[in-house]
Amino acid sequence: MSAQDAPPIGEARTTAIPGASAAASEGLTSYRVLYITWRVLLYAVLTLVGATMLLPLLWMISTSLKEPGEVLLLPPKWISIPPQWGNYPRLFDVLPFDLFLINSIKIAVFATVGALLSCSMAAFAFARMRFPGKNVIFAIILATIMIPFHVTLIPLFKLYRDIGWLSTHLPLTVPFFFGTAFGIFLMRQFYLTIPQEMVEAARIDGCSFIQIYYRIFLPLSKPGLATLGIFTFLGSWNNLMGPLIFLTKVETMTITLGLTLLTNQSGGRWELIQAGAVISILPIVVMFFIGQEHFIQGIARTGIKG
Amino acid sequence: MSAVTTPARGRVREFLGSNRGREAIEAYILILPTILGLIVFTASPVLASLYYSFTRWNLLSTPKWQAFDNYIELLTEDPLFWITIKNTGYYVLGTVPTGTVLALLLAIALNQKIRFVAVFRTIYFLPVVSSVVAISVLWLWLYQSDFGLVNELLRSLGFRGVRWLSSVTWAMPAIIIMSIWHGLGYNIVIFIAGLQGIPQDYYEAATVDGANAWHKFINITIPLLSPVTFFVLTLSVINSFQVFAQAYVMTRGGPVNATKTIVYYLFQQGFENFHMGYASALAYVLFVIIVSLTLFQFWFQRRWVHYEL
Repeated sequence: MSAQDAPPIGEARTTAIPGASAAASEGLTSYRVLYITWRVLLYAVLTLVGATMLLPLLWMISTSLKEPGEVLLLPPKWISIPPQWGNYPRLFDVLPFDLFLINSIKIAVFATVGALLSCSMAAFAFARMRFPGKNVIFAIILATIMIPFHVTLIPLFKLYRDIGWLSTHLPLTVPFFFGTAFGIFLMRQFYLTIPQEMVEAARIDGCSFIQIYYRIFLPLSKPGLATLGIFTFLGSWNNLMGPLIFLTKVETMTITLGLTLLTNQSGGRWELIQAGAVISILPIVVMFFIGQEHFIQGIARTGIKG
Repeated sequence: MSAVTTPARGRVREFLGSNRGREAIEAYILILPTILGLIVFTASPVLASLYYSFTRWNLLSTPKWQAFDNYIELLTEDPLFWITIKNTGYYVLGTVPTGTVLALLLAIALNQKIRFVAVFRTIYFLPVVSSVVAISVLWLWLYQSDFGLVNELLRSLGFRGVRWLSSVTWAMPAIIIMSIWHGLGYNIVIFIAGLQGIPQDYYEAATVDGANAWHKFINITIPLLSPVTFFVLTLSVINSFQVFAQAYVMTRGGPVNATKTIVYYLFQQGFENFHMGYASALAYVLFVIIVSLTLFQFWFQRRWVHYEL
């Protein structure tokens, strides 16, 4: 990451680099000095911010592999030799982290499947069909994005208690089968990019709208489904408030909730706490690396058209 | 659809038999789950919550109507309520403007033709995918007074360390710094997409007119990016008013209520003290704050958001 990475001036002129084209007519040498300084500065800032983002996460991993005595060493030691891999199995002795992982996966998978089904259906109706009340209903759905989850929390808690859903995973999965405002909005944005002619042609061939939905729009909107799937999975995995209120038995808890429990119960065993944090974000980070493009596209798309 | 022959029913049957009618029936089938969800999981709880906010209720008894008592107590007799409002306001003002400006500047930097864009973007994005809980647990350790990395860094630069999370002065700034770090990547991605949506012609035309980099930034980039900035600001405000997990994991609202937020207080009143009526009133106050700020932003945007040059 140095000035050598800078493209030649000819290339720079076609980009939006401030001052690049304007300066080109002045002497090439002075421009080149200015340009190289700018590039060096740019890379320096980006690298500094990158280090700020990355180092804490590396410190999490580093701490998770230390002996208890090494954790409180000053100046801090980054690499422990040999790495204490045993901290990870030890975690499973302190709290049932295997159950936490299974619970989190189960809840996130069901929530994701539910959101994909319900949102893709409803979004199709809002994107491509005409029916009385369409705009009003869609506006109401969008407006619910403003409602804080906490306004519905107490009545939902009462409802789930009355029907015996507390300390089960149903409150964290079933609602997703009934649509989410964000998911419907996201899928609608994707559907709007599919040409209307495909609908017309399929109608002439005698397809019903529901057939058009699952034969044409579902297969064509795989990137949209992937985006929504990743978002829902992530949101479910990282949720604290829901599990904290609805799951009271330890064996039903999620990994995120389990991590708060570990932090309270481990009495300052930082190497264990950080090992717990690593385990809780590892599946998500792996998923992020696999589905990165969908993720970034999804944010960009909802953000821009919003 | 039973055989009813009143004129109105007749028109409905005629509509349902037509092409438009069949389309509507199919549409209602597709949105049926969503409508049910809207009624059961959103509308009813929102209304029930409003009712509970006018009652005294400990979850075991039946709710007892007491009109505006909860609201009166909140607004006039409960100093803790105003402390949580102040703390939440502090958090929102601390995270939203700084987070938005930093994200915008970094997005502009990343949008220059540079190498390793994907690498930078991925690194900036790693904190975003991690849960607030995991991040809070990590920063709890980073902020640790004697052995934490933050104070170690400060000491190596010649400063004195701070007792971050156990200090009334520094606990909230500590949470603010961490939250900006956590959410930066998300807004960067939105801003990059916005920057890429600005047509290059504008910049080329400005260059022909002899505009310098600064003028282009002020007269083209900022106005054309304003719809995106508006979106980022609106969502950030909605989200940051609901801050909870950071305080729950790192400080339990302390020291001396210095980080007790509205939602944290709601959680305590509702699910630790079982003052469900009072907690419902708190939820409604939060709701009203968020809706009014959002509506205000939508009204105010006419003064600064440009949809074209």
